[in-house]
Amino acid sequence: MTQRAKNPLRDERDKRLPRIAGPCGLVIFGVTGDLSRKKLMPAIYDLANRGLLPPGFSLVGFARRDWADQDFGQVVYEAVKQHARTPFREAVWDRLSEGFRFVQGSFDDDEAFDTLAATVKELDELRGTSGNHAFYLSIPPGAFPVVTKQLARSGLANPTSADEWRRVVIEKPFGHDLTSARQLNKVVNAVFPEESVFRIDHYLGKETVQNLLALRFANQLFEPIWNANYVDHVQITMAEDIGLGGRAGYYDGIGAARDVIQNHLLQLLALTAMEEPGSFRPHALRTEKIKVLEATKPVEPYGETTARGQYEGGWQGGQKVPGLLQEGGFAKDSSTETYAAITLEVNTRRWAGVPFYLRTGKRLGRRVTEIAVVFKRAPHLPFDDTSTEELGQNALVVRVQPDEGVTLRFGSKVPGNTMEVRDVSMDFSYGHAFTEASPEAYERLILDVLLGEPSLFPVNKEVELSWEILDPVLRHWASNGKPDSYPAGTWGPDSADKMLARDGRHWRRP
Amino acid sequence: MIIDLPATTTSKVNSKLVHVREQGGATTLGRVLTLVIVTDDGERTEEAIEAANEASREHPCRVIVVARGAKRAAARLDAQIRVGGDAGASEVIVLRLYGALADEGASCVIPLLLPDAPVVAWWPFEAPAKPAEDPIGRLAQRRITDSATDRNPIKALEVRQRYYADGDTDLAWTRLTLWRAVLAASLDLPPYEKVTSAAVTGEGDSPSTDLLAGWLAAALRVPVKRVKATDGEGIISVVLERKSGSIELTRPDGRVGMLTQPNQPARRVALQRRQVRDCLAEELRRLDPDEIYEDTLKGLSKITRARASARTRPDPDRAADVAGQAPKPTAARAARVSKAQNATAKSTAKSAAKPTAKPAETKSAEAKPAKAAPRRATTTRAKSGSKAAR
Repeated sequence: MTQRAKNPLRDERDKRLPRIAGPCGLVIFGVTGDLSRKKLMPAIYDLANRGLLPPGFSLVGFARRDWADQDFGQVVYEAVKQHARTPFREAVWDRLSEGFRFVQGSFDDDEAFDTLAATVKELDELRGTSGNHAFYLSIPPGAFPVVTKQLARSGLANPTSADEWRRVVIEKPFGHDLTSARQLNKVVNAVFPEESVFRIDHYLGKETVQNLLALRFANQLFEPIWNANYVDHVQITMAEDIGLGGRAGYYDGIGAARDVIQNHLLQLLALTAMEEPGSFRPHALRTEKIKVLEATKPVEPYGETTARGQYEGGWQGGQKVPGLLQEGGFAKDSSTETYAAITLEVNTRRWAGVPFYLRTGKRLGRRVTEIAVVFKRAPHLPFDDTSTEELGQNALVVRVQPDEGVTLRFGSKVPGNTMEVRDVSMDFSYGHAFTEASPEAYERLILDVLLGEPSLFPVNKEVELSWEILDPVLRHWASNGKPDSYPAGTWGPDSADKMLARDGRHWRRP
Repeated sequence: MIIDLPATTTSKVNSKLVHVREQGGATTLGRVLTLVIVTDDGERTEEAIEAANEASREHPCRVIVVARGAKRAAARLDAQIRVGGDAGASEVIVLRLYGALADEGASCVIPLLLPDAPVVAWWPFEAPAKPAEDPIGRLAQRRITDSATDRNPIKALEVRQRYYADGDTDLAWTRLTLWRAVLAASLDLPPYEKVTSAAVTGEGDSPSTDLLAGWLAAALRVPVKRVKATDGEGIISVVLERKSGSIELTRPDGRVGMLTQPNQPARRVALQRRQVRDCLAEELRRLDPDEIYEDTLKGLSKITRARASARTRPDPDRAADVAGQAPKPTAARAARVSKAQNATAKSTAKSAAKPTAKPAETKSAEAKPAKAAPRRATTTRAKSGSKAAR
């Protein structure tokens, strides 16, 4: 790559020209799954529609079903019709669907992988994918060792010349603790070198998360106050209003902390708390993220600084919903937490003494993900107490989803002839200011995989550091009692409120 | 909601806007730019507004339409405010100017510009020769013209070239982005050889074809031939010659392109003609001077013009065979054509002429009146764009 001559038709001043991935194909394992149908296939169509896929792009599905290429095409067609973001265009679809192939087989079936290898080779010749292939493992991590071994055995994992590339894309969970994460990394790295491994954390593909970097590092306004001198504490929330019906197989025994805090929330924390990278090259960005994760520790005693809960049945949003223990597939005495809150400290000069509260849960009040930076109160208020009774702390809230944007909360005088100050908010909304249809996270991430652009993918060091942060809390929970219960549709158990009340703070209602 | 304000002033329009905002919530906050559409009052005004409404879904903006009405009438300003469902994600203010006011559009626009936000001017149809010196153009950071809607598109392009100023752009240029992206991507891959020459074929009066040739000439610094096709619409094909063979991208039917490269299977690529709203949305995405467009305009004077054979629909099976041979006109034909063409073409066409064209092709080319076909294609283009906006 380094010796490549400069393309005379590319000019960095030419901002219109999109980067189209070079000739390549994508192989999806577990193509019949939900993620594949709801996210991956529509994202691939949307990319094609935006003209960002190379001509001759091929998509190979691998699964146990007994399908022909046409059946597979039909499934993709329906998925695209239903979930794609951009309008359906016959011409685009026709070009795309010419490259669909389906290979039937199970993961331990040597023959199926040989067929896959032959299919991929045929595509190289027929459609000109030029030996460039990405393998998307949309399968349980338990199957990784078998599949990666099969890919190595059938020769699919190794490029045959220096111009070719092979990449592997894996989804969370990246293990369930430090040891298992290391093991998993070993399994994957035994076949694919680390620079060919793309770990998808779809939060990092979201516009707002990338905008966090712009907000912090492109503006003069926020950086001076982005430190312990002005910030009181930070709350990072990811709440979902759905329950876990049908997901017991994956979720039971895993719980909210492993499912969400270890990856999404710690990545958001890293982006919020990190120092300014020297440049936006992947390496520089990762270095800063790793530095801040290395400095992050959970605050003890865990009995007081953490909380966990499990939702109970009840009425939520006009519907009667079952509690976790009534959901099919969960043990009647399951101690899997569906709500988790932890307190972290970042031991750097910038953040010393500023607690970072991370919380996540299922069946909470509404679906929302946000980062709230709450500022200290003004050191002196020249008003009397009654006039500022209703004044809270200033806050800057980055709304990651839904209704992406930024809110700034500050005090304003209430109109009238008395001096009364009350909180108001100033709002920036992506939907209003720019595009109604910003690309889906998966579009961005799949394209980055095909382009070989790794900035938005965590490396295994980040994964391992995240487990190091979370493991002590998980160990404490495992040996101390059970999760508290909370009614569905509320903002979590009382213990979570007490956890903040001990510090004289309270959770923001998102 | 549509509010009519007949015989009014801009300050009345402004206070009405504030009133609407207070009533309907904060609908007009958070706009990122003001788009001024300048046109003559008439049916086509609506087409332009609809395209702008569609584009506003990506870039919520305030749209000010300056529609010049009859000049001989008494001076009067009729305004119309459209918000909500009638205005896409934007708010539209239509200003109809009559009489002496018709030439004083800028004075009506200034009070309605959003504070501290960029201004983009768009002439969806005929544009002034010097957009940057136009009273409304002077208010704007970006000035969008559309050569393809001009009565003589190629001439219009020459005018753009002569009077280019930073911030100018043309939708004929925007329509090219897909082509340029595919061509650039084809050079991203090995073998990294130098392109030695290029040829671009397209409709005689397709300004996008000229710009594509100009872009290649400016970026590659090699001889680029611009060939007129007598069949097909818009851009028909591009051939980049390299030592190992040629890269050929053809689009005979206006929808699907075929990319052929040496030692690689022919690949089909969706290259549909872009609608006005898509182009406008792309234009609004960037507000700084487009240096590449400037270079491309300069590159226009470097291209060589030639008359085409009618071979514009290559047989897909034959595509690999024909790769490498650009459609080459006969010397006699080129000479004949150059007589009919304007001065710039005349000086360059001779050098381009080289032998061999099939007799059958020559025949079909002569059977067709070369002038009529392209004209019709231009009007269909304008129509289909507006249909899509609706």
